[in-house]
Amino acid sequence: MTQTALRLDEIACTFPARDGSAYCAVADASLAVAEGEFVSLVGPTGCGKSTLLNVAAGLLAPSAGSVEVFGAALSGLNDQAGYLFQSDALFPWRTARENVMLGLELRGRSRRQAGDQADAWLARVRLAGHGDKYPHELSGGMRKRVALAQTLILDPKILLMDEPFSALDVQTRSLMENELLELWLQDRKSVVFVTHDLEEAISLSDRVVVLSAGPASHPVGEFPINLSRPRDVSEVRLIPAFLELHRTIWDALKVEVHKTHERENA
Amino acid sequence: MGFRWIWVFQLLLLLALFAIWHVLTRAEILPPFFFGEPLVVLEVIWEWFSGGRIYKHLAVTLVETILAFVIGTVAGLVVGLWLALSKTASQLLDPYIKAFNSMPRVILAPIFAVWFGLGIWSKVLLGVTLVFFIVFFSVYHGVREVNPVLVANARMLGASKHQLLRYVYVPSATAWVFSSLHAAVGMAFVGAVIGEYLGSAKGVGYLILQAEGVFDINTVFAGVLVLTFCALVLDRIVTIAERRLLRWRPGQVGSQS
Repeated sequence: MTQTALRLDEIACTFPARDGSAYCAVADASLAVAEGEFVSLVGPTGCGKSTLLNVAAGLLAPSAGSVEVFGAALSGLNDQAGYLFQSDALFPWRTARENVMLGLELRGRSRRQAGDQADAWLARVRLAGHGDKYPHELSGGMRKRVALAQTLILDPKILLMDEPFSALDVQTRSLMENELLELWLQDRKSVVFVTHDLEEAISLSDRVVVLSAGPASHPVGEFPINLSRPRDVSEVRLIPAFLELHRTIWDALKVEVHKTHERENA
Repeated sequence: MGFRWIWVFQLLLLLALFAIWHVLTRAEILPPFFFGEPLVVLEVIWEWFSGGRIYKHLAVTLVETILAFVIGTVAGLVVGLWLALSKTASQLLDPYIKAFNSMPRVILAPIFAVWFGLGIWSKVLLGVTLVFFIVFFSVYHGVREVNPVLVANARMLGASKHQLLRYVYVPSATAWVFSSLHAAVGMAFVGAVIGEYLGSAKGVGYLILQAEGVFDINTVFAGVLVLTFCALVLDRIVTIAERRLLRWRPGQVGSQS
């Protein structure tokens, strides 16, 4: 039996709304992620997926409930976790190499040592030779790779990803998904991957968790994905087992998406 | 022709303006007594520099300006960072900052003269009060508008509070500081010259005051031209520093020649 890397227990997050009332984004949400497991959270837009991720990262303290990281209660930031943000989070005044080495620098590693390690990571994400470029000189896909290297260089046990590829074009996106899987297979971190794209979720994950429509969002269904690895994300989408899974999960997701639509149009 | 040769036309424009000035005053359409004569003005400048009379005055004015510029910028940067990051301090000091900023600070010159005498420090202080607020407001707004995702990312990568300041807030604010430094250079000069003008025994402002006292309008113009040239040089230095330090910024800065 593998250890639980991350456990969210009956989490609730309430924010003050503009009109003075309280908006309850997430309520009664529980989730456990095993060591080395790749879990995707899918749900309609605005259902509090990112909120849950921020709670897991320790960036946001939940209003109720508890978070456990490898069995220990989390208070403050989750130092076992790396976070890949949805929007661009590279430091524009640092070159690609300097961005990748930042985490090591913050830990007091010498610039030379950190720089060598950063070069090795840049090579792993296929950006050897681009180390001296500033973020604005890189394409969207390249920036995502730098961000990935920046996070992975610290070797976090848990990787939290918030729709990291949503801003990329379709081709770059499947390329990045394959590269992510390749990197992940090398040392199997626990991954929580937030997305609104069900196909992306199924093709990447070991398990897909469907969240209910907000407010008071919480998991309403869990679906193990028993597709063999290694996978190619564009090929796996064509096999019958994938289509079957897609149909099953979409049936659950559809209900929530419709709820969101009705609420928005009401 | 393109922009490579633009400086030639800029120079021609300057010559043309001098020519117009020359013709108008020579033909006495504009009275030379009030408007000076460009050739005489240039002669005064030539004599200042060849005779060496200007150097000690220019040195004093430049020292005052540079001190005001450096002290004002550093103070603005430090206080700007502090108030932007400390909610309590900014709430407490908010009305005072607003009051000081809206006050016509040139009227502080006589007070500074009384406090610090007629030497350079009364001028430096006046310059500092002018420079400080320009830099302060840029840094203050700059830090407040730091992308929260960058802060979250730095925290997830393990940055402590001090490291956030050094690795995120200061570099972020630098871009804002530079945008204010061009205005700040001019203000540092204003502080120095106004200070000299109101009471001093040295400096270009003092020279101008002396010349004005005897209606020597040509010397007044000569002083103005020398000061303008110095301000341009300082502004140029700021631009060069800006290009080196803000290499990472897309477009605007680095790509212009």
